[in-house]
Amino acid sequence: MTGFFEIMSEVAALKSGLLADIAAADTADAVEALRVGALGKSGVVTALLKTLGGMSPEERLEKGPPIQDLRESVTAAIAARKASLEQAALDARLAAERIDMSLPADIGPVGSVHPVAQVMDELAEIFADLGFSVATGPEIEDDWRNFSALNIPETHPARAMHDTFYFPDTDAQGRSMLLRTHTSPVQIRTMMSQQPPIRIIAPGRVYRSDSDATHTPMFHQIEGLVIDKGIHLGHLKWTLETFLKAFFEREDIVLRLRPSYFPFTEPSVEVDVGYTMEKGQRVIGGSGDADNGGWMEVLGSGMVHPKVIAACGLDPAEWQGFAFGTGVDRLAMLKYGMNDLRAFFDGDLRWLRHYGFSALDVPTLSGGVGA
Amino acid sequence: MKFTLSWLKEHLDTDAGLEAILTTLTDIGLEVEGVENPAARLSGFRIARVLTAERHPQADKLQVLSVDAGDGPVQVVCGAPNARAGLVGVFGVEGATVPANGMVLKKTAIRGVESNGMMCSSRELELGDDHDGIIELAADAPVGSAFADFAGLDDPVIDVSITPNRQDCMGVRGIARDLAAKGIGTLRPLAAVYRMDVLAPIDGSDAAPNVDTLDPDGCPAFYAQAVSGVTNGPAPKWMADKLKAIGQKPISVLVDITNFVSIDLGRPLHVYDRAKLSGALVARKATDGEQVLALNGKTYTLDASMTVIADDREVHDIGGIMGGEHSGVADDTTDVLIECAYFTPESIARTGQKLTLTSDARTRFERGVDPAFLDDGLAIATKLVIDHCGGTLSAITRAGTPPTTPRVVTYDPALCLSLAGVDVTAEEQVRILTALGFVVDRGDRWSVTVPSWRRDVEGAADLVEEVVRIHGLDKVPSTPLPRTPGVARPTASPEQLVERRVRRMAAARGFNEAINWSFISEKEAAAVGGADWTLANPISEDLKVMRPSLLPGLLAAARRNADRGASAIRLFEIGRRYFRNEDGSSKERATISLLLAGERAARGWRTGKAQAFEAHDAKAEAIALLAAAGAPVANLQGFGVDAGDAAIWHPGQSGSLRLGPKTVLAEYGVLHPALVKAFGLSGSVVAAELYLDAIPAKRKSGFMRAPYAPPALQPVRRDFAFLVPHGVEADALVRAVRGADKTRIIDARLFDVFTGAGVDEGMKSLAIEVVLQPADKSFTEADLTAISAAIVKAAEKLGASLRG
Repeated sequence: MTGFFEIMSEVAALKSGLLADIAAADTADAVEALRVGALGKSGVVTALLKTLGGMSPEERLEKGPPIQDLRESVTAAIAARKASLEQAALDARLAAERIDMSLPADIGPVGSVHPVAQVMDELAEIFADLGFSVATGPEIEDDWRNFSALNIPETHPARAMHDTFYFPDTDAQGRSMLLRTHTSPVQIRTMMSQQPPIRIIAPGRVYRSDSDATHTPMFHQIEGLVIDKGIHLGHLKWTLETFLKAFFEREDIVLRLRPSYFPFTEPSVEVDVGYTMEKGQRVIGGSGDADNGGWMEVLGSGMVHPKVIAACGLDPAEWQGFAFGTGVDRLAMLKYGMNDLRAFFDGDLRWLRHYGFSALDVPTLSGGVGA
Repeated sequence: MKFTLSWLKEHLDTDAGLEAILTTLTDIGLEVEGVENPAARLSGFRIARVLTAERHPQADKLQVLSVDAGDGPVQVVCGAPNARAGLVGVFGVEGATVPANGMVLKKTAIRGVESNGMMCSSRELELGDDHDGIIELAADAPVGSAFADFAGLDDPVIDVSITPNRQDCMGVRGIARDLAAKGIGTLRPLAAVYRMDVLAPIDGSDAAPNVDTLDPDGCPAFYAQAVSGVTNGPAPKWMADKLKAIGQKPISVLVDITNFVSIDLGRPLHVYDRAKLSGALVARKATDGEQVLALNGKTYTLDASMTVIADDREVHDIGGIMGGEHSGVADDTTDVLIECAYFTPESIARTGQKLTLTSDARTRFERGVDPAFLDDGLAIATKLVIDHCGGTLSAITRAGTPPTTPRVVTYDPALCLSLAGVDVTAEEQVRILTALGFVVDRGDRWSVTVPSWRRDVEGAADLVEEVVRIHGLDKVPSTPLPRTPGVARPTASPEQLVERRVRRMAAARGFNEAINWSFISEKEAAAVGGADWTLANPISEDLKVMRPSLLPGLLAAARRNADRGASAIRLFEIGRRYFRNEDGSSKERATISLLLAGERAARGWRTGKAQAFEAHDAKAEAIALLAAAGAPVANLQGFGVDAGDAAIWHPGQSGSLRLGPKTVLAEYGVLHPALVKAFGLSGSVVAAELYLDAIPAKRKSGFMRAPYAPPALQPVRRDFAFLVPHGVEADALVRAVRGADKTRIIDARLFDVFTGAGVDEGMKSLAIEVVLQPADKSFTEADLTAISAAIVKAAEKLGASLRG
């Protein structure tokens, strides 16, 4: 029978020996081998644990705790050593996986929205707030809607101003077909198909037989039309001021209204906006009468001619309103600073990327219409 | 319309300065396009006397002059043959800039002799064409003073843009009248302007000329008067100076009188040399094919719709547009006939358009000259001829009747406030209208008689414009447009929403939006199916027909980019394709097209060599964009492209996406190499064209979304590999598989295509992953066996067999 002290010193020696071996094991396999040697079926610790069954309760009470402590210490040391070795192995692997993070990453192609499309969205957003719906019409029009219904008879000198592209074709009513010279035929289509009150804008492509540094045979216009009761020139003035302030995102927009002539409006008003010279560039804003300023023509407008209202089947004694039109490409140029209209239609990727807009630049009233 | 400040002041008695006049002109609708003072260009040019003239010691043709320009003798070398002692001319001092060539004068040596400044010719000062010698002024011209002042050139030339409705302002007097109405001075009586006691016809005693109008529609009135024994020659200086100042070349006094009256009063006239006429002069319709040699040296072939003035031999005038060469006045003309006619504007416009002939006369007649001014116009012309050419007068012939019945407009002065939003007192409205020549009969509603020269004023709205124009548009108060309470409502149409979504999706997927011409060349159109619309007057052959496809524009843009060195091209355009409906109206189809050319991926450290685009890149874009547009992409079926589009696409690498056999939503694929080559491109170019108008609109249901609850049970995945004949399309098999159990099969995805070892010739192996979704309880083995059997059975109908 071995005495208590012998047993205790044997357990203590075993513990310190095992813990030292575990601490010294430098591979997972070595740790596993130690685990099997100590805690496996025929391991030394297992063997000691087995002796507990053959002991009297008094003896077990005496010798059990040190043996249990041996098991727990060795188990914990093996787990800790395993974790530590795994961590070291992971660290080593990760260290080995280091790459040159300065190598380039391809973000994929970056697309863009054309400035004209962007500006049209901006305009639609601004005018939506003022209650204007968007209307469209065909680009190949008949001469009645493009001219006659707009109070421009065949022999009117104004027709000569329009440089019209014609087709040799006529429609079922015998009307000559042409490329619309302005978006104004949409006014006619709207008034003929819709009962007032009417508030629309009509953006789109228009065509004139003209090509030089500042004219292209195709360009974009936007037309506005309000038909209601009691609408007058003062409302037109406010609407244009409000729209231009919102569009250019400046409060210092100053307008100058000049009497002019369009066959389809009476009175007719041409609208100039003041600009200021900044670093040799004309920047919209400020009074055109200021020393470093000037006036730039941006809009044609007026009160819809009673003859036009009547041509659309409405009673001019009951309904009146205003119309305006402006060049979208030109508005884009004035806001974003391009200086060559022809580049708008060239499809040069370098230009499109520079002046184009991100897909996410959706104009909103809360986020601002400019991007 | 150009005139000088002093010319304006012949009609307008005013103290206003130039700036005030310019501002006012623009404010009242006579937009100032430019103003230039010729004196500014002639600063540094003074009147000088040649004191002595000696032969240049080194050159026969040069002289050495001593010139006094007010500061004592200056030595100048001069090559003009007329330079001589005693001559008074124009001297450019050192530092002056010669208008004709921009040369700045400086001290120099000519063949060894010092020369300071220059004695100038007319041409050097851009005052005329004369370059034979230096200008010779009167001997008493004030030596030392500025030449511009002496020559009356210190007179700003004002250029005003006249809108087509204002024929009355095609004459200086009309402009003066408008300014007077605005309070810039007072309008002088016309008789006083022309130094006449009273403005009235001046009847002579010679027999009245034999003129008539046989065309009352085109030429309702033809007034004429003859003058015999005239002396033609240069116009008086005041008249020639005025014409020169606005850039018109004086010709002879008889011609210049007509030009002057046309510009001064907006009243075109014509003067014939009676010696060159034969018999009566009549206004009549031309006969088809009749020809006339016009004053511009061109021969015009006329037709029966055109009004001409002719004698019994030939046509002498394209009525109201341009005179004929044969009967024009010349230096030796002694007997003239002055024509003052009224031509119908519509007739003039049509003739002018047909002949594409513009002239100052046409510009005025087609806008409608004052029909009540024939007698006065003739009187003024006759007076000028008598004053400057002498001669004896005939009686006046007045053939026909001008349409002088005045228009009376009923007007409610309250309309000014309701239409223009500005309250102008009745008194002020009367004052403005009266100043403009209207006669106002005030009553409950006013009767306003429109002056004969304001053909453009037809109704009450026009009167409001007149009042507001003069009262001042700046006085119209800005008035907020009434707005609907609440948050702004959506205003875009479904079509626009679709366009916006596909635009931003395409941009998000890496495409750059281009805008190309709507017109293309016939050749380009032929390559993509041919155009329905061909312009009658294209700007060039390249822009001649309306595009039936957006691809030619994108191909051309891609070519330009490739030429600029772009290696990867991803372009799209949203726009219309143009077709014709059966009734002749336009059928414009909203379309988005995209084009991929160059490198799909550049060579890279991760990806290796550069990759080219493939057909399925286009397919992926087409489906993604159709999804963005709201098309039911799960229901799309693959078909071949339309037979009519065969020239566009690679026959084996293209297809269309349809909802049923007839509703084509998109075509896509590799572009036909011949088409690619025709646009100067090379390599694999792929494209897709989506027909946005063919996408069915979404139906509105009660909720904005269909109801959905995610299933609680896990889906089960099973793979199937089928052997199918080569010709069977994968999509058909996937569809058949999916259709084998429509409730439990929620997805079927083809993940492998294999031919080669183990697969018989003429066959291919298609591997499909099927996702099965259990409903409220898990599948049993029996369920899965049954579904598998159904899948295999469905596949077998297409000639497929399960691969063992």
